Amino acid sequence: MTILARTAEATRRYGDVLALDRVSLDIRAGELVGLLGPNGAGKSTLVNLFVGLRRPTSGTVELLGGSPRDPLVRRGIGVTPQETGLPEALRVGEVVDFVSAHYPRRAARDELLERFGLRDLVRRQIGGLSGGQKRRLAVALAFAGEPRMVFLDEPTTGLDVEARRALWDGIRAFHDGGGTVLLTSHYLEEVEALAQRVVVVGHGRVLADDTVRAIRDMVGVRRVTLAAAALPELPGVLGAEREDGRVHLLTTDPDGLVVELVRSGTAFSGLEIRPTTLEEAFLAITSKETAHA
Amino acid sequence: MPSLVLAHTRYQMLEQIRVPIGLISSAFFPAAAMLAFVVPFAADDPVAATRATGSMMMVGAMSAALMGLSISVAQDREQPWNPYLRTLPAGPLPRFAGRIITTMAIMLVAVVPVLVIAGLFTEAAITVPRLLLGLAALLGGTLPFMLVGLFLGFLLSSKAAIGVSQVLFFPVAILGGLFLPPEIMPGFVRAVSPYMPSRGAVELLWSATTGSSPHPVGVVMLGVWTAVAAVAAAWAYRRDEGRRFS
Repeated sequence: MTILARTAEATRRYGDVLALDRVSLDIRAGELVGLLGPNGAGKSTLVNLFVGLRRPTSGTVELLGGSPRDPLVRRGIGVTPQETGLPEALRVGEVVDFVSAHYPRRAARDELLERFGLRDLVRRQIGGLSGGQKRRLAVALAFAGEPRMVFLDEPTTGLDVEARRALWDGIRAFHDGGGTVLLTSHYLEEVEALAQRVVVVGHGRVLADDTVRAIRDMVGVRRVTLAAAALPELPGVLGAEREDGRVHLLTTDPDGLVVELVRSGTAFSGLEIRPTTLEEAFLAITSKETAHA
Repeated sequence: MPSLVLAHTRYQMLEQIRVPIGLISSAFFPAAAMLAFVVPFAADDPVAATRATGSMMMVGAMSAALMGLSISVAQDREQPWNPYLRTLPAGPLPRFAGRIITTMAIMLVAVVPVLVIAGLFTEAAITVPRLLLGLAALLGGTLPFMLVGLFLGFLLSSKAAIGVSQVLFFPVAILGGLFLPPEIMPGFVRAVSPYMPSRGAVELLWSATTGSSPHPVGVVMLGVWTAVAAVAAAWAYRRDEGRRFS
């Protein structure tokens, strides 16, 4: 399959800070990739390399077979601006026209706005939009040039559940039509719902790169939930959390944990053992990394 | 490429028209100065009135170039919209061109009240060809100020740009003879005046509108200032790019 975006041994320093450390990553045509990582992990730096905002200190970055610094190459991509930066004085339709003017292939304006639920706001000044409307406009702008690949940075931050689901449908529709997506998000639920492939970065390196399911399974962490007044010291607990009188324990060895629990003679009820969510897997991967670092 | 220049110009113009602070300040100040100083003191002499009108046109244009451009460039650099624009498929040229064209349009609009006041309340007289020549001299003569505006905008924060451009504007305008004719200024000001870019610019404008012969040192220095300002603006642009996006 064609590789649309690639870094090879890409390193990026800001002064003494090593933001990316020899990252090699291929994104193939038609993939929907979720990029995860705690703040400062190197997510933004990686995206900035792909969209041509930054140059690697060493290593190479390729986009659509060329250099992301070349404007002609960037005709094939779409990027979401931060909604706080949208030009307040312009109308919705005007900013779409302005962005579209940069691309040889343009999405029909009304159809694009319709897709993101903004059709009725075409004559509204951006300064008068709600936060959620600005967010949807920002995402819509990424699709204005009929791109082959979009870079969506936190596409649904600040949206209510309904608007988020509508936006997810839009992103899925683009992907179903053959589009390639690189998505960063704080909502792991979002990555879980949309992405097939997850790349976890931490400390400037790729810590994991696999399918959502494999990432979850890879860490082999299970969540043991039970109700108990107090718990003794138990072996192999990676994390514990108390919520509404129930205790959630993360462990790689749920059987051993339950055996110990029973042996200790502690009274408990409502025992459940479940596979982890992506979020728990993510925490396990990044905390393991921190412990090693 | 021209369609992109058009798109960027349209975008810049819309911003200026919707939030017309830059436009109003560039148009208001020279018109007020015209009413306060030119109409009461120089209205009766056609040549003096025409020269003074030219000076006030230059004041408005200088303000749009130096203050307007430096502040808007510095403000834009601070917005998260700026890195987004750099991800669009365009080099820096359309944006630059859009800015310069928009600033020139503001200058031409800012000149209108001055011309109306001159026509109604003074003996200033001009032919259409000389007026057009004068407008061309106005746009050409303010080139160094546009470049200095870009230089400051790429170098400074928006708050600093507001302060620094104002601090620069008044001494340069006064020393260049825009508020008082150079002949009646104190000796040391008369000695410094030809070396100011504002003097060379207004000399060109006076020459275009009244047929006077321009002060040679002033015109040469205008060229020198333009070259220096172009180098400085290019340096500040690259430095800013390097710091933000390298």
